[in-house]
Amino acid sequence: MNKSQLIEEVAMREGLNLKMAEIVVNTFFDSIAEGLARNERAEIRGLGSFKVKDYEGYVGRNPKTGVAIEVESKKLPFFKVGKELKERVDS
Amino acid sequence: MTKADIISAVQQKMGFSRRLTSEVVDDLFEIIKKTLLNGESVKISGFGNLEVREKNARRGRNPRTGEEITISARKVLRFKPSQVLRKAINNRS
Repeated sequence: MNKSQLIEEVAMREGLNLKMAEIVVNTFFDSIAEGLARNERAEIRGLGSFKVKDYEGYVGRNPKTGVAIEVESKKLPFFKVGKELKERVDS
Repeated sequence: MTKADIISAVQQKMGFSRRLTSEVVDDLFEIIKKTLLNGESVKISGFGNLEVREKNARRGRNPRTGEEITISARKVLRFKPSQVLRKAINNRS
């Protein structure tokens, strides 16, 4: 399912027009993304939580050429699935 | 950032009542959940993909006791962030 299909389904189930459903879906993901950009965690009960993990820089190697390169420290978004959903996905 | 904050953000944008907004947002979660439980991925461009992955059984070890165990085959949920989100988080957009 992609974003437009999600928008269509929200519109259909909630009786909204597509434009409105699109704003809802975009606002939803944008607010999580903006929170993460501020280093805030987002917890969605029943689904899981998103948080930002810090990774330190390290000296890596280009696997093809073997040339050593400096990999800068970075932040990555990380999703931890909620317990209930985790169990249901596996059953 | 909790569900209540997300509902507030949506409410502000839409001008819906609190009750309607909360219903719509809950339904959005339900649709995402239902799709994942069907084993289907949810792909949100600009944000990332949530996908169900099949893991094969493997040998593992209890880290506390050192005892060897077999980790059974299972399905797990994985989030793959989009490049857009990765850049936004590192403030390199």
